[in-house]
Amino acid sequence: MKIRRGGIRMSNKTCLICQGTGCVSAGSREIHASLEKEIEQLGLSKDVKVKRTGCHGFCEQGPLVVVEPEGLFYAGVKVDDVPDIARSLSPQGEPLEEKPLYHDSATGNPITHYHDISFYNKQQRTVLQNCGNIDPEEIGDYLATGGYQSLRKALFEMSPGQIVDEVKRSGLRGLGGAGFPTWIKWEACQRAPGDEKYVICNADEGDPGAFQDRSILEGDPHSVLKGMIIAGYAIGARKGYVYVRAEYPLAIKRLEIAIDQARKKGFIGKSILDSNFSFDIEIFQGAGAFVCGEETALLASIEGKRGMPRPRPPFPAQSGLWGKPTLISNVKTYANIRWIVNKGADWFAGIGTEGCKGTAIFSLTGKIANSGIVEVPMGITLREIIYGIGGGIPGGKPFKAVQTGGPSGGCLPAELLDTPVDFDSLKAAGSMMGSGGMVVVDEDTCIVDLARYFVDFATKESCGECAPCRLGTNQMLDILNDIVEGKGEMEDIDILESLGMGIKKGSLCGLGQTAPNPVLTTLKYFREEYEEHIIEKKCRAKVCKDLIHFIIMPDRCTGCHICTKVCPVNAISGDPKQIHEIDQELCIKCGLCFEKCPPKFGAIEKNYGSKVMED
Amino acid sequence: MYQIDNLVKDLVKQHGRAREALMPILQGVVAQHNYLTDEAMVEVAKELDLSAAEVYGTASFYTFLDTEPRGKYVIRVCKTITCAMKGKNEIIEVLQEMLRINVGETTLNDKFTILETNCIGWCHKAPAILINDTPYTDLTREKLVKIIKEYMHQ
Repeated sequence: MKIRRGGIRMSNKTCLICQGTGCVSAGSREIHASLEKEIEQLGLSKDVKVKRTGCHGFCEQGPLVVVEPEGLFYAGVKVDDVPDIARSLSPQGEPLEEKPLYHDSATGNPITHYHDISFYNKQQRTVLQNCGNIDPEEIGDYLATGGYQSLRKALFEMSPGQIVDEVKRSGLRGLGGAGFPTWIKWEACQRAPGDEKYVICNADEGDPGAFQDRSILEGDPHSVLKGMIIAGYAIGARKGYVYVRAEYPLAIKRLEIAIDQARKKGFIGKSILDSNFSFDIEIFQGAGAFVCGEETALLASIEGKRGMPRPRPPFPAQSGLWGKPTLISNVKTYANIRWIVNKGADWFAGIGTEGCKGTAIFSLTGKIANSGIVEVPMGITLREIIYGIGGGIPGGKPFKAVQTGGPSGGCLPAELLDTPVDFDSLKAAGSMMGSGGMVVVDEDTCIVDLARYFVDFATKESCGECAPCRLGTNQMLDILNDIVEGKGEMEDIDILESLGMGIKKGSLCGLGQTAPNPVLTTLKYFREEYEEHIIEKKCRAKVCKDLIHFIIMPDRCTGCHICTKVCPVNAISGDPKQIHEIDQELCIKCGLCFEKCPPKFGAIEKNYGSKVMED
Repeated sequence: MYQIDNLVKDLVKQHGRAREALMPILQGVVAQHNYLTDEAMVEVAKELDLSAAEVYGTASFYTFLDTEPRGKYVIRVCKTITCAMKGKNEIIEVLQEMLRINVGETTLNDKFTILETNCIGWCHKAPAILINDTPYTDLTREKLVKIIKEYMHQ
């Protein structure tokens, strides 16, 4: 990856300091202030510019400071490191050699340049290119990267038909999860009669474990706005809405600033760039309902109603907001438009696989060394993402599964690590891209408990309209609760499967149609773990409370009394300096004693079985 | 102290009387008043010429449009799997201990409410919470105690 693109006007050297919320919470504001001060004191202000930027994506390592044009990368920067960094920026200065360089998660060696870091150099950052390199609250930065040029090109050099054709030839598919070909919606909206049409950006990113839409809105809001304006021109709409969930206050704030600045510059509003095309964009804030990510529920929500989905057809492209033709796409889909217009459909279609073009953006989280947002060409394998970019599982533990697509997706085992990541391959494996969450789990996660978590989520977020979804997910949850409590029976597995299929078939919207996926895929790939819970009453990950017990090993206990103090139910007895004991009847298995017992003693063990076995 | 009917009238002036103004108006009331009282919902219904049941129906669908009393600072603890893997339960324990209330409850001085929420998108910096509009991430027991103490003194 190359950071210096599109001619951002730079002084001799530029320090890019990440101001994503992740880095801010790690103290990047203090770093920014102190670096500016140091540079001024050293008299370097003319040669060195200090810039605040949006998220660099490698939040795990924050606060991050990048020095351009060399591409130096400093991670986990502390205020104490700032004087050294400032001195290194003087004309005679040398890059720092040890702290605060990033250390490779596999080898432990320090790495100086970000393009040598596997987290970055295996990625293909197209949509995310500006995130981390521009100040998202400053439209001037975006303009300096060539921003809004594609809007000029679209408005003055292309007809609406040509734009739709370009989108069609690019092969872009909707990046909200299902991968529906984008051009079909555009063409349908364009052909729909009437002059009252709407463009909606779906930023109701609710999947647990997914946050790439938030990162784009916070790091590069104009790229999304521009995609929407071009879409408006292509289909003949004059009004757009960005539907952002209430859980993302910073994204809403950044969008408000971006819309305001774009309006002042004449990119949004009446007669855009003095053309005869007018288009306005408004933010609509969601209010905490997962199902509103479904397009018809989202429409109902904007109309001020309960966010309940309705049957399709008619599709929103025919009859959407207030019955008018409406184009709804995901944040990432709109963010791709600038590239298709700017560089052409052929360039875009050159990235990715036969059926899935362009890049895929994932939020890599869970038990993974390098968590963060990654952008890769479609078709790269799960292994390359998890091991190549993500650096594998911390502590060298074995990989157990990866859950893609949140509550709609599935859990894939190690045997499927070579599955290519694209819409069709993931679907064939029983999972889906979803909005792009990727949660990696190791042997410490119980697969049944994981599936139960997602089903629990679905029961709470089901809007209640379709009985199979409303009642069926609750039935599944009851059964899964029984299994993790050691009360399951073998026939439960069959019931789960038939219920799951029934819910998929009998539900109106994507929520119900995909809610059983986590259970169905884990039954397919991790069936033996369900059977162990049911037959042997054993949870191999030692997670399910009713199937484990804690015991103090007399030979290792020094009677330090730490465990007795943390036990919330006073189940541990023993005087100081005496060997302690857990009363199994009282123990609620919260695990606090296990966590707090000093590692040098390691006197508390977590064992299989609900009780201590008598000899 | 403002009157709820004045607040609703101001919001109607800002957002209009059409049905699509309903959510922004309700959100405006929550922003000022922490939650939707019955009076507020009836007032909104009158202004928008809707039945009170319609207004309640919409409000009760959305978790951020609270119809239960809420404190000045609503602490939403992310309950998502990644936060759960990285110590969400301990976060809740600390909050309950410090504020002496359970999840879903509000302190007697109407200052704090603890709630659980769906993913707030900070999975890579888990565990995370939202206090009103501000996210706090990478929490530890010590960090959280410091944050809550600051709010207590505000």
